[in-house]
Amino acid sequence: MQTTEHVVEGARHLRGRYAIVGVGETTYTRGAGMTTRALACWAIRNAIQDAGLAPHDVDGMLAYQLGDSTSSIFVAGDLGIRPDFFMDVYGGGSSTEALVGLAMGAIEAGMCSTVVIYRAMNGYSQSRIGGTGRVDTAISGDQLHERPYGWATPGQVFAPSFMRHMYEYGTRPEQVAMVRVAHSRHASNNPKALHRKRVTVEEVLASRTICTPLHLLDCCVETDNATAIVMTSIERARDLRHPPAVILGVVGRTCKPRPDMHYQHGPITTVAAKWAAPRLWSGSGLGPEDVDVTGSYDAFTFTTMLQLEDYGFCSKGEGGAYVSTGAIELGGRRPNNTSGGHLCEGYTHGVSMVVENVRQLRHDADDSCPIGADGRRAHTYDYREGGCRQVRSVNVTANLGWGTPAYGSALVMARIA
Amino acid sequence: MAVTGQYLGMVLSIADLDSDNEAYFRFCAQGTLNLQRCKACKLMRYPPGPACPWCAGSTFDWTPVSGRGTVYSYTEVRHPVQLAFRAHVPYLALLVELDEQRACPTEHEAIRVMGNLATPDGALAPPELVRTAGIGSRVRVVFTPAGPDIAIPLWTLDETQPAGSIPWRYPEQSSWSTEISINPDGGTIGAKDKVKALR
Repeated sequence: MQTTEHVVEGARHLRGRYAIVGVGETTYTRGAGMTTRALACWAIRNAIQDAGLAPHDVDGMLAYQLGDSTSSIFVAGDLGIRPDFFMDVYGGGSSTEALVGLAMGAIEAGMCSTVVIYRAMNGYSQSRIGGTGRVDTAISGDQLHERPYGWATPGQVFAPSFMRHMYEYGTRPEQVAMVRVAHSRHASNNPKALHRKRVTVEEVLASRTICTPLHLLDCCVETDNATAIVMTSIERARDLRHPPAVILGVVGRTCKPRPDMHYQHGPITTVAAKWAAPRLWSGSGLGPEDVDVTGSYDAFTFTTMLQLEDYGFCSKGEGGAYVSTGAIELGGRRPNNTSGGHLCEGYTHGVSMVVENVRQLRHDADDSCPIGADGRRAHTYDYREGGCRQVRSVNVTANLGWGTPAYGSALVMARIA
Repeated sequence: MAVTGQYLGMVLSIADLDSDNEAYFRFCAQGTLNLQRCKACKLMRYPPGPACPWCAGSTFDWTPVSGRGTVYSYTEVRHPVQLAFRAHVPYLALLVELDEQRACPTEHEAIRVMGNLATPDGALAPPELVRTAGIGSRVRVVFTPAGPDIAIPLWTLDETQPAGSIPWRYPEQSSWSTEISINPDGGTIGAKDKVKALR
């Protein structure tokens, strides 16, 4: 049985010792017209350049996929990287933060010095997460208890947890819709975002029902893109181009009981975040109140809300009020997914939300604010449509990655001058 | 020998080595819902599997259960993704809490079984029936044959609903609130700054 002291001790040892030093991405499109391998090269090249490094400075690679993407070794070959360490893991959402922790371990163990983590996906034109229904393959194993019931896509599988939350806590459709509204406002100030149009609560609720309680606009977009980050030790980070986004704490794919069948352990409205939170906050030495910006994974509007509750940003059951009263918007107490997230910017299984928070910590959100004489963006903090999306004061961010209700990951980063 | 079946055009295939699922669905084909009960700790489990989630025990007996339960949660699917369901929307995917072993071994646990709402003869529920079920509905199992050795367990409304009980359903559009409080500080909701968020 592991003790709290054990948890704190392990994390404290590496707290502040590693940083994200480079971020990069491709465009977010529906129809990239190129392979995931080409997309990966594009994003990684941007991330390495952003760090002020050259490919030969990178000696570690970590990637994740669902059998829908290219392997690190091909991308390494394409870019002239000779890894001393690489690993491609199976996974989607919640992989990013977990791999950040593994990269720290790989560097700490002396396996490599500087690691690229990437996700490349043609999530619209090749491999759609919920499937297309064009082919029904033979159903076997545990799937026999799900697919024969038309219970197969992430939306369908998570929906009973969302519905039960409404039942237990009186959470209202119009409250949760405000997550999409907030993220659409953020995306309207993100030139990269696929959906930059602001939407109203009325528009979210009027969009067609996919499966209750999810309307079309409660669901994330499907896009073709790649995203990448570069990590290294704090010593190397200090010599690079940007202020480092220093890693204070990380949790990786923490599970709730019965991670195979999340609905066997209830109340099903409590998600893995509840079990991840103690380790995250003790490891980072901070608490929810210290966080200025969150990146709570928005596969659906509800996933954002459930995680904010269970990581302690509001009381259990009050997520509906928390997400609908302005706190998660630019200009509010603690904006969430300032890029527009997976609901609006594009879908990258979580890397993009870490990229956004790194930019926030650098005070360098890539919005439409004018570039000043010093070559830096002069942020206006005018959050109206087409304007600024830089948070005025941001020292600590938290990324809350979602895999399923049963497992998730998280990452606390800080700007340390 | 592998068990195969067909249901709504879907091909179901239980591999030779998957003895747990093979037994479960053979019982269904015989018209009874059976679960594995651990010989060591006496707790039942679902879905079928090789070990006991409560004590890691490897030995078990198949035990019949009543096939009655209460809808713990559900989703009403209106946009079908799988080909098999295109002709059947809207349909209800139900999470049913069985009467046996509720709040056991801890208050947070129960045996929760997925399935669809069906008519008493095992056809997927028509829209007028879909509209009547929700969280709290009492249901009982029915079986739809999918092959000689496999049937699919589904759920139909129990004829003995407790008097006066009304299941919880997703709120109708007419009940959506037109006002949302604004509180950018993220504390408790105040009455200040009420704005029209909906017209």
